[in-house]
Amino acid sequence: MSWWKYLCILLMIYVYTGGILMPIPRQPILYETARNLYFHVPLWFAMILLLALSVWHAVQYLRSGKTDHDLQSVELANTGLVFGILGFVTGAIWGKYTWGSALPQDPKLLSTEIAMLIYLAYWVLRGSFRDDQQRARISAVYNIFAFAAFIPLTIILPRLATDSLHPGNGGNPGFKIYDSDHSMKLVFYPAIIMMMLLGYWISTLRIRYRRLLAIVEE
Amino acid sequence: MQEVSALIEKEIRLEWRQRYALNGMLLYLVSTIFVCYLSFRQKAGHLEPITWNTLFWIIQLFTAVSAIAKSFTQERAGRLLYYYSLASPLGIILSKMLYNTGLMLLLSLLGYVVYAFVMGNPVGDPGMYLVAIGLGAMGFAGTLTMVAGIASKAENSPTLMSVLSFPIIIPMLLVLLKLSKNALDGIDRSFSTDEILTLLALNAIVWVLSLILFPFLWKS
Repeated sequence: MSWWKYLCILLMIYVYTGGILMPIPRQPILYETARNLYFHVPLWFAMILLLALSVWHAVQYLRSGKTDHDLQSVELANTGLVFGILGFVTGAIWGKYTWGSALPQDPKLLSTEIAMLIYLAYWVLRGSFRDDQQRARISAVYNIFAFAAFIPLTIILPRLATDSLHPGNGGNPGFKIYDSDHSMKLVFYPAIIMMMLLGYWISTLRIRYRRLLAIVEE
Repeated sequence: MQEVSALIEKEIRLEWRQRYALNGMLLYLVSTIFVCYLSFRQKAGHLEPITWNTLFWIIQLFTAVSAIAKSFTQERAGRLLYYYSLASPLGIILSKMLYNTGLMLLLSLLGYVVYAFVMGNPVGDPGMYLVAIGLGAMGFAGTLTMVAGIASKAENSPTLMSVLSFPIIIPMLLVLLKLSKNALDGIDRSFSTDEILTLLALNAIVWVLSLILFPFLWKS
């Protein structure tokens, strides 16, 4: 097992115990729900990383034509989608008890809803081909095209609607103010690295499974 | 360049020979607007500006999807193979995108006239609104032509066309709504420069990306 997997396990133990037990600043409304920050936000970071890697493999596939890149691209996108759904659910539960609504009109929510729609469409697209080569090539093209249309969205949307419920937008203060004594950073930053490693690890397992499946089928 | 203009001429001729397709699109547009008019009944002339604007762009979006969906499917596979041997993929996609831009301009201007006639015209700054329509036509044509190319390769392409294109086109649609709302309210034009620049940037991304990616699509 390579070193980063051990790191991931260590960070997981740290984040899950530290995230639940370590002291956090008391904030009105949020109180102990602020601990969700450790799990909700890193899920998004991990999703963006996985999707970006998926697009990178899509580009590599178009350049080289090796099916292995296609395989990696799909599995990274799948894990990214799962992480996106988890991030969405954790956010909805959090929002229900702090903002009063599980699904408020919020630019950041909108952009993730769209990202999920894109990757669900990607799934449907892949399902509608019989020829492997064609499926790989055309879904790679769509993957790149959609990702390039999605990234500006994350920049544009917050500018269009100046008021977001998320910290750091509109009238809301950034998270720095909540985390006045930096105690949350101690868990938050490791949590981001942990989620990214975990997401990549899950994807590599799926990729290995698919490679073996391909060998068995041959 | 010569290749592109020849291909555009071919598209126009093809359209002219199959006039029923063009007429169908025009009728689709007009009847959609008429359905909206009837659905709102007496209220049609007094819609809230924001409803007026949103309804207009949604009609535009659906017309664009159904008009552009056929860009790759109206010709038979054998004919496409023939073009493949004659022209470069860049020429093909560029000509299709330019032609679709023209088509969309025509459809959306006509749509605007009919819509304003039927539903009342609360637009405060028509010049700016036309700029929004122009940028919208360009953006819709660019995005949807590429998606039509992708969808045409798959089975059940009509459904796939909307499923694939809606999430991609939402950013553009949102900025367009903002820009046209500014024009609708007739506020000073300097407030809209931000939106216009964003739209131009989005258009540039989509067009350049289509030109880069289309050759891979065309190969199959």
